[in-house]
Amino acid sequence: MVFSFELLGQALVTGILIGGIFALISVGLSLIWGVMRIINFAHGEFLMLAMYIAYFLVAKGGWDPYLTILVTAPALFLIGVLIFQSTIRPILKDPPMNQIMLTVGLSLILQNLALVFFKADVLTANTAYTRLNFFLGGVVVRGSQLIAFLGSGLAAYLLYWFLQKTETGRAIRAASINRDAATLVGINVRNTYLLAFGIGSASLGVAASLMIPFYYTSPTVGLFFGLIAYVVVVLGGLGNFPGALVAGLIIGLTESIGASLLPGSLARVLTFSIFIIVLLLRPQGIFGGKQK
Amino acid sequence: MKTRFRNSFILLAVILLAAFTLPFFAGEYIIHIGVLVLFYAYMAVAWNILGGYAGQHSLGHALFMGIGAYTSTYLFTRMGLTPWLGMWVGGALAGLTGWFVGYLCFRYGLKGPYFALVTIAMAEAAVYIVNNMSAVGGAQGLEVAWVGREGGAPLLMQFDGKGGYYYVILVMTVLSVWLSSWLIKRRFGYQLVSVRENEDAAEALGVDTLRVKIQASIISAIMTALGGTFFAQYFTYINPRNVFGEGPSVQILLFAIIGGLGTVWGPVVGALVLVPVAELSRSWLGGSFAGAHILLYGTVMVLVMLFMPNGIVGLYEKIRAQLKSRSSNDGKSEAS
Repeated sequence: MVFSFELLGQALVTGILIGGIFALISVGLSLIWGVMRIINFAHGEFLMLAMYIAYFLVAKGGWDPYLTILVTAPALFLIGVLIFQSTIRPILKDPPMNQIMLTVGLSLILQNLALVFFKADVLTANTAYTRLNFFLGGVVVRGSQLIAFLGSGLAAYLLYWFLQKTETGRAIRAASINRDAATLVGINVRNTYLLAFGIGSASLGVAASLMIPFYYTSPTVGLFFGLIAYVVVVLGGLGNFPGALVAGLIIGLTESIGASLLPGSLARVLTFSIFIIVLLLRPQGIFGGKQK
Repeated sequence: MKTRFRNSFILLAVILLAAFTLPFFAGEYIIHIGVLVLFYAYMAVAWNILGGYAGQHSLGHALFMGIGAYTSTYLFTRMGLTPWLGMWVGGALAGLTGWFVGYLCFRYGLKGPYFALVTIAMAEAAVYIVNNMSAVGGAQGLEVAWVGREGGAPLLMQFDGKGGYYYVILVMTVLSVWLSSWLIKRRFGYQLVSVRENEDAAEALGVDTLRVKIQASIISAIMTALGGTFFAQYFTYINPRNVFGEGPSVQILLFAIIGGLGTVWGPVVGALVLVPVAELSRSWLGGSFAGAHILLYGTVMVLVMLFMPNGIVGLYEKIRAQLKSRSSNDGKSEAS
């Protein structure tokens, strides 16, 4: 395999840009996981739904892809809230494995509803941004990916600011640290959970709109991004917000540098190996403290 | 008590008789559904030993199914080794992998969701590794060539018509249920349940929890791999996604969860109730609604988790216990 600095530069640029998107996809999962200790195995399928919404607005409605955020984010918030109320809330106190099985069931439902309604076709939105490229020396910077990276950064920052600075955000964090103590100081933990689940889902709406100019959608697209989100969240540490951002970049770089060094799709094996090693040796994540 | 024992013995005998005579009066399509019921029951029984008895929920059991399917198929198509022998080579490889996975995860104390995530990652990594192995066909997968003799080639696990396959998987399922019910009544079974219920207490009582968990992982892996060989022979085509992927991983555990986790009969009951309904809905709606049967599985899974988390067998036992306590209360109410 020929290896050059240009190739490495390309891998670095792509890796960082994609890593930003990975981070945004993961912060929602991290928020939900951190607040209610539930792994939502349908996380990737939520993203898939949002990508379909964005796709149809762009391809059939002629919308600007970035304008679709106005629909995808509220729609995903609503879907998240509805699913939380109807299925997650009743099992909040059940054993963790029942919760996992329930969300696995949800992912099967969403994936196959998409298959029933949208067929197995791979859909690609052709937008004005799709072929917007910049050149840095011999390195191509795809405009749509750059916008997605910046948009992800902004969305993640807004979410971080919301959690740190607003009263509601502080209530969510308090509930995630200690459910009972939060109740004692007068926080309505039930509403906090609902809100966290809604916001965690809405962030996927934003991610979907940012991705649709350069990424296809299909009923199974959530599978890959769901797995990536688990990898990033575990690597960054459960519920650790800045950790997820750094981990997103690390995984983005692993995927793109791996893809330029390894044949075929073996880069993905590298990503999963990192995941397995981190889970075995540091399940609290690379930035986490001692406690598991 | 004695009559209950006799009743369940008679029930078992009737079910076995019905199962063994089915091919004599049923058409090919019904036999096909029978094969699917038995196959998923068998896989769920295998998963249940680690996931149900020991409470270690693997979400990546397709790893073992894939090893079994690929090993025997590779040996058969490239070296002419009969799958009857190849399945044991696959079983041995899967057992080794089960030991490795179990040792790694349990040695580092992985539990619950963390164990589930590692098993998903391992199976998913296997998909990409096999995708890039040209020796076994890469993403194209492997086709099991029909040896093409009139009447099939039973010595190569190839049968003319579905009846032969039906008997193979029926015997496998009967043996697996027997093994599963035998294990759970032994010291080993009690040790597994003690690990599931309270690992610290089990450890304090002198159970070598690491060892029994690894043993459960090995047994479960070997059984799952043998099922993988059957899958390859029956469907005559395998690729990385359909034997190592998330789909088979979920389908392996689905029926154990729905039927009743950690019970001997739960996995069988789950498959018996659900597979025929799903297959019929597939054949009725499959043309216009691909994925309808998985949609049904997902919906049932969510409903079971919400309303009967102990599955069908758990619900049955709860109702029976309630009836029993009611009738005994009726007797006592006179005295009090």
